[in-house]
Amino acid sequence: MFRNQYDTDVTTWSPAGRLFQVEYAMEAVKQGSAAIGLRSKTHVVLASVNKANSELSSHQKKIFKVDDHIGVGIAGLTADGRVLSRYMRSECINYSYSFESPLPVGRLVVQLADKAQVCTQRSWKRPYGVGLLVGGLDESGAHLYYNCPSGNYFEYQAFAIGSRSQAAKTYLERKFENFMDSSREDLLKHALFALRETLQGEKLTSSICTVSVLGAGEAFHILDQETVEALINAFEVGAEEGPTDEGAAADQGGGATDQGAASADEGVAAMDI
Amino acid sequence: MNSVDSIPAKNSLLSSQAESERTLYPYVTGTSVIGIKYNDGILLVADMGGSYGSTLRYKSVERLKPVGKHSLIGGGGEISDFQEILRKLDELILYDNMWDDGNSLGPKEVHSYLSRVMYNRRNKFDPFWNSLVLGGMKKGQKYLGTVNMIGVHYEDNHVATGFGNHLAQPILRDEWHENLSFEDGVKLLEKCMRVLLYRDRSAINKLQIAKITEEGITISQPYALKTFWNFSAFQNPTLGAEGSW
Repeated sequence: MFRNQYDTDVTTWSPAGRLFQVEYAMEAVKQGSAAIGLRSKTHVVLASVNKANSELSSHQKKIFKVDDHIGVGIAGLTADGRVLSRYMRSECINYSYSFESPLPVGRLVVQLADKAQVCTQRSWKRPYGVGLLVGGLDESGAHLYYNCPSGNYFEYQAFAIGSRSQAAKTYLERKFENFMDSSREDLLKHALFALRETLQGEKLTSSICTVSVLGAGEAFHILDQETVEALINAFEVGAEEGPTDEGAAADQGGGATDQGAASADEGVAAMDI
Repeated sequence: MNSVDSIPAKNSLLSSQAESERTLYPYVTGTSVIGIKYNDGILLVADMGGSYGSTLRYKSVERLKPVGKHSLIGGGGEISDFQEILRKLDELILYDNMWDDGNSLGPKEVHSYLSRVMYNRRNKFDPFWNSLVLGGMKKGQKYLGTVNMIGVHYEDNHVATGFGNHLAQPILRDEWHENLSFEDGVKLLEKCMRVLLYRDRSAINKLQIAKITEEGITISQPYALKTFWNFSAFQNPTLGAEGSW
């Protein structure tokens, strides 16, 4: 009876100036398990939470190597994420064939965004249901971008996407000012702490997360489980208490409030990201 | 009239028209290009002659051109093909600048691109009939390389195309060193060009020298070398060469 008349087609505007199908696609990103990214001047760390569909299945891969200098972390429809990763790999390999040098990250991100944008302007297409955190290194340094289904893209110091990502964002917002000059190890530490924020009390173990690094003199690679386990133990991320320098109780409180604020925002400004 | 008879004549795939669209042989050609590294960058030299077969037909063909901010190209061989290559490079650099993102193609990238283009065209049996020298400087790194019409490409401290390979390279192998000053570099290149002028019939005495350093690109005005033709071996070149007239 009160069916939304403006959401049957990606190209149909609502009288309020919204594209519902595009907004629905943006929602798909929030349904996926969290992925986070952060960077310093020289390094980028991407990390994700692995959620298995059932006790009997393995989890799906959420972090992909695109090239030696570029990696992506995804949240949303994994299948779409893989299609876009394959596209990015092929763009990188074609560029290095022609120029024998790595494709600048910013350019790949623009091409990716253009590809996503086309899907919001064709009646016979659907938007991609995946958000991508693209980390990369080029002649202008390390970069972290977020690409979303609407065709928008943003550059970040640190960002988190996927379910309960607001908690990780809150953590990163409190810490990001020191990231630029951080060491590789500090980035890894913050990545793990930010990741833990999204778990809502569940213990962070190496079996439920994937961590990857790339940087100057270090090609993109996913850390193996033993290394991640060692990092979790070294930083005491698995412990019940939060980061030793600040009260864990305050963290949790801040995270919860922000999450509330975010859900209030959702109806108003979904297109902003 | 039988319509079948007229079909083969109209079939452009079978006629010789398609073949003649390829460069089967060059028409107007430039001769050697020489390039060297020196202490602040790269120097390239080429004369300004354009030969129509063996006729020295044109006397002010510019064969040294800038490519973007960091590269310099020198071309020998078919002049119109060289102009076509310059057009492609212009397009490439324009497209690169349009990103306006602080990244730019350096000499290494341009050289790689050119070698792909040259090899691709030879695989279509429609080569660009050129030998190219690519010099450049980016982020303090000197770069000097060459590509030819079949896509053979390499980097070196001193490169030369065509006759220069035979007459200038031996001189460069003897006299080139890492810390050449600009003046010594120019002297060395002029020595090479003088030898080429004496012994390569398509070389002419009007040349340009181009320089690329951290500061940028400069291409000299055309000028001529001092020559001395009264060497006794020049007066009677066949003296003592038995069986010749």
